[in-house]
Amino acid sequence: MYPEDLHYTKQHEWVRLSDHAGVVGITDYAQQELGDIVYVDLPRVGTRVEQGKMMGSVESVKAVSDIYSPLSGEVIEINDALATAPEKLNESPHGDGWLVKIRLSAPDEIQGLLSAADYAKYVAEEESGH
Amino acid sequence: MIKKVRPHVNQNEALLFENSSPGKRGYQLPPLDVPAVDPGSVLGPANTRDEIADFPEVSEVEAIRHFTRLSTQNYAIDLGLYPLGSCTMKYNPRVNEQVARIEGLAWAHPYQPESLAQGIMEVMATLEKMLAEITGMDAVTLQPAAGAHGEFTGILMVRALLQSQGHPRRKLLIPDSAHGTNPATATMAGYAVENIKSNNLGMVDVDELARAVDGDVAALMLTNPNTLGVFEENITQIAEILHAKGAQLYMDGANMNALVGIARPGDFGADVMHLNLHKTFSTPHGGGGPGSGPVAVKDHLVPFLPKPRLTRVSDSWSWNYDLPQSIGRVRAFYGNVGMHVRALAYIMAHGGDGLRNATLDAVLNSSYLRVLLEPYYDLPHHAPTLHECVFSDARQAKHGVRTGDIAKRLIDYGFHPYTVSFPLIVPGAMMIEPTETESKAELDLFVDALISIAKEVDETPDLVLSAPHDTRTSRVDEVTAARKPILRWKP
Amino acid sequence: MRYLPKSDTERRDMLRAVGVDSLDALFAHLPQEVRLNRPLEIPPGKSEYEIVDYFRARGDECASGYPSFLGAGVYHHYRPVLVDTVVSRSEFLTSYTPYQAEISQGTLTTIFEFQTMICQLTGMEVANASMYDGSTAVPEAAMMAIRLTRRDRVLVARTVHPEYREVLSTYAKHQGMPVVEVDYARESGGLDTNDLEKKIDDRTAAVIIQSPNFFGIVEDVRSAAEIAHRHGALLIYVFAEAVSLGVLEPPRDADIVAGELQSFAISPSYGGPFAGIIATKEKFMRQMPGRIVGETKDTRGNRTFCLTLAAREQHIRREKATSNICTNQALVALMATVFMTVYGKQGLRELAEHNLAKAHYLAGKLSLPFTGPFFNEFIVSTKPHTPDAINAALLDRWIIGGLPLERYYPELENTMLLCATEMSRRQSMDIVAEAFR
Repeated sequence: MYPEDLHYTKQHEWVRLSDHAGVVGITDYAQQELGDIVYVDLPRVGTRVEQGKMMGSVESVKAVSDIYSPLSGEVIEINDALATAPEKLNESPHGDGWLVKIRLSAPDEIQGLLSAADYAKYVAEEESGH
Repeated sequence: MIKKVRPHVNQNEALLFENSSPGKRGYQLPPLDVPAVDPGSVLGPANTRDEIADFPEVSEVEAIRHFTRLSTQNYAIDLGLYPLGSCTMKYNPRVNEQVARIEGLAWAHPYQPESLAQGIMEVMATLEKMLAEITGMDAVTLQPAAGAHGEFTGILMVRALLQSQGHPRRKLLIPDSAHGTNPATATMAGYAVENIKSNNLGMVDVDELARAVDGDVAALMLTNPNTLGVFEENITQIAEILHAKGAQLYMDGANMNALVGIARPGDFGADVMHLNLHKTFSTPHGGGGPGSGPVAVKDHLVPFLPKPRLTRVSDSWSWNYDLPQSIGRVRAFYGNVGMHVRALAYIMAHGGDGLRNATLDAVLNSSYLRVLLEPYYDLPHHAPTLHECVFSDARQAKHGVRTGDIAKRLIDYGFHPYTVSFPLIVPGAMMIEPTETESKAELDLFVDALISIAKEVDETPDLVLSAPHDTRTSRVDEVTAARKPILRWKP
Repeated sequence: MRYLPKSDTERRDMLRAVGVDSLDALFAHLPQEVRLNRPLEIPPGKSEYEIVDYFRARGDECASGYPSFLGAGVYHHYRPVLVDTVVSRSEFLTSYTPYQAEISQGTLTTIFEFQTMICQLTGMEVANASMYDGSTAVPEAAMMAIRLTRRDRVLVARTVHPEYREVLSTYAKHQGMPVVEVDYARESGGLDTNDLEKKIDDRTAAVIIQSPNFFGIVEDVRSAAEIAHRHGALLIYVFAEAVSLGVLEPPRDADIVAGELQSFAISPSYGGPFAGIIATKEKFMRQMPGRIVGETKDTRGNRTFCLTLAAREQHIRREKATSNICTNQALVALMATVFMTVYGKQGLRELAEHNLAKAHYLAGKLSLPFTGPFFNEFIVSTKPHTPDAINAALLDRWIIGGLPLERYYPELENTMLLCATEMSRRQSMDIVAEAFR
């Protein structure tokens, strides 16, 4: 259900790592909770981001959710497609609905992220808590 | 069986621009009694516009039909109950509309000589006095244009007070049950927001509050009764905790309809509060506004009131600008005076006893609904409620039906929905406030409708899930409206 | 009481259902120390006749039927009868905010039309469903510019309405937003572009000008915009006299327009309620405060309207909202909509031309210190008299004169601001001119 090659956070973000960069998005659980996404507010290329700090937001018709950066670094690319087709986030949250690509400044932070299995367990606990 | 309404055919109506045709006109100006001037010559050609492209051109007949047809597509208080929580959708007395249009009042220019404005100033002064009496506060400003604007004004005054004592402090405490304007106001006034959790009765947790109030807290923004309709029984203690640390108690007066003539915020510890004339004091909602948000304060905040203030000089009213500690202006001129006229007319019609009786009826109506609906809908908090109550969709959710769906099905029964999904502390909230101007017959129809819908949820949930069925438009695509906004007509 | 639709029998039945034996018992749980134990000190309820009588008497204590030459942000224009006919419809007057689109298409459609007409008038691409008024639209526009440019200060022309500037200052103080004033040119009465060049820098988020300005002078918007844009700042165009847009070139070079629609059939009413607007370019849409109506389709494929882009607003974003604004001025905005409909494309032009003619007729008889072009307001020198003396003389003739300017602009002693609209009669204007001799 949750791709094995990604790392996850408790704020429902994922990271796909490659070299010293990471592609970041929000998880399937997050997009389901939000409902139909209407707008995504992303940081500009060049923005410095910090692990755990807010870097943007995702809007549905009736709600806004902040996106927190899973890792620290600099934004080197953003997913322009979302500006005209925010629904990609709903359709393919772990793929085409990616948000930003970050050049990592502190790769050690990866140790603190969750594996797919741990994240799935965390989500299951959240759901039963409802 | 749906008793209140049957499907009705009302007309389609295109937009004005689609009904337009060049040369059609709905006006005639009298002939000029002075020489005409050529705009290009007096303004300069660069300053002179071409025609207003695509602006409507329709006759008077088409104009009146256009707006009349469109009006029939609206629900309104004059048609029936709006059970919207904390909106206080009460009857808008028509005499208020008439007196607001009296020429001397309606045509008064804010800068006309004070000697020629005494009548309207007397109206404003009288309203200030009545609102002070109703709230138990010492002084009132009528300047703010709406509730949120009043909140902003009140919080600015708190800031000014604390600043005058040396330090404006950093944050405001806001209960998690609060209306969204409260935290938004805090930000605009330069304060950080700290949420205070409610206890299991939906009230402020006094121990939590005591822990949270420190030298950094400027004020607590409290709605009393709260958005669950519950009176904060520990209000005196809450005020004491705040005052002990030099913090202020700001009261959001949105729910005053439960208190008028019964209890006064000034008596139970509020330092500053705003009122919503378009709620408690019957001024019309008009499709979303205008409102008016007077702010009432205790003596220690008087120096900071917006300027100018209405003062008595010799035997007449005058605007006093000599207020060195005032927070300044929050809007041009003196306030939504047209709404002041209406609110005063409302107060005069009721009188002191009448206002109290209105409160009694408001609470009776809400209590009546609550007791009749309780067997069918989940009541998450069991504290006594006043003028409004909040149910949840917990029982219906088991069948996959949520508060929003029930609300839409209510429309088929001839009612405007209650407040959906607010307050946020009640998942699946159904927030209901009938007000005092509802008859028992209308309330009974409303109860019947909700009971019938509860039955439908059990037996034929799809009927509820796909509601409304009998409106001219249904299940509007709000997602596309937000993804691809079309905010104006284009040819 | 005529607004309480219950009989005592019904009250008793309801109390029985609730399970209490008196209305007072419903409040029994309130702590004793908070209860009000005396009647409110408010006179007994009055009959409808007495109420009307009271307000008529108050109206008589105000100037009624006096020709007036006051403008300065509030204008006497004729209100077509259709305006009150339409807004008095129950379904417009007593309806709520159109959150439930299925039963609010009347309000939503008229707001959509309103937004469209504002764009057509101002040359902007999107407009909101109204702000409280022009004076509060200004700081909202300034805050919008701050968010958009991520800079921290604004420049405002001294010729923006003094009370609008006061409001801006109140809001700015708490947003950490320095506000610097730009002077006017002493000869033309318009913006001093040299002063603007001196004061603008790379921290300026916006330049705020009003046109026609408080002196009635039409500003050179193009030049102001060019300077602003050259420094990466936005141009905010403010208007207080909406009728001017019937004939004035719209501010296409502006980035944000913040205006007041009182001139469009909204009664002066001693200063409110009015209706402000914010209009802007499409690219800035998501930073615009206030309610917005959008077009969409319903499940049957029909065109329909709904509130949209709500995620900017307080009820969703709470402390991160673009503004705390909740109410819009729907009913007064509807008055403006009906006004714009009644006059229409040709009428608004003709109305503006009438205003131009009247004002220039009166101005022709007086001494004007400024040379800039003006619409329906202008400054006159009162010498050798004082403004108060002239106004007193006019009052003796049952005419309300102009606004002495000294208290707002100390350097402009012995001048006053006069306004003539389509409602000013030649006869009255001749009397005014006489008073200056």
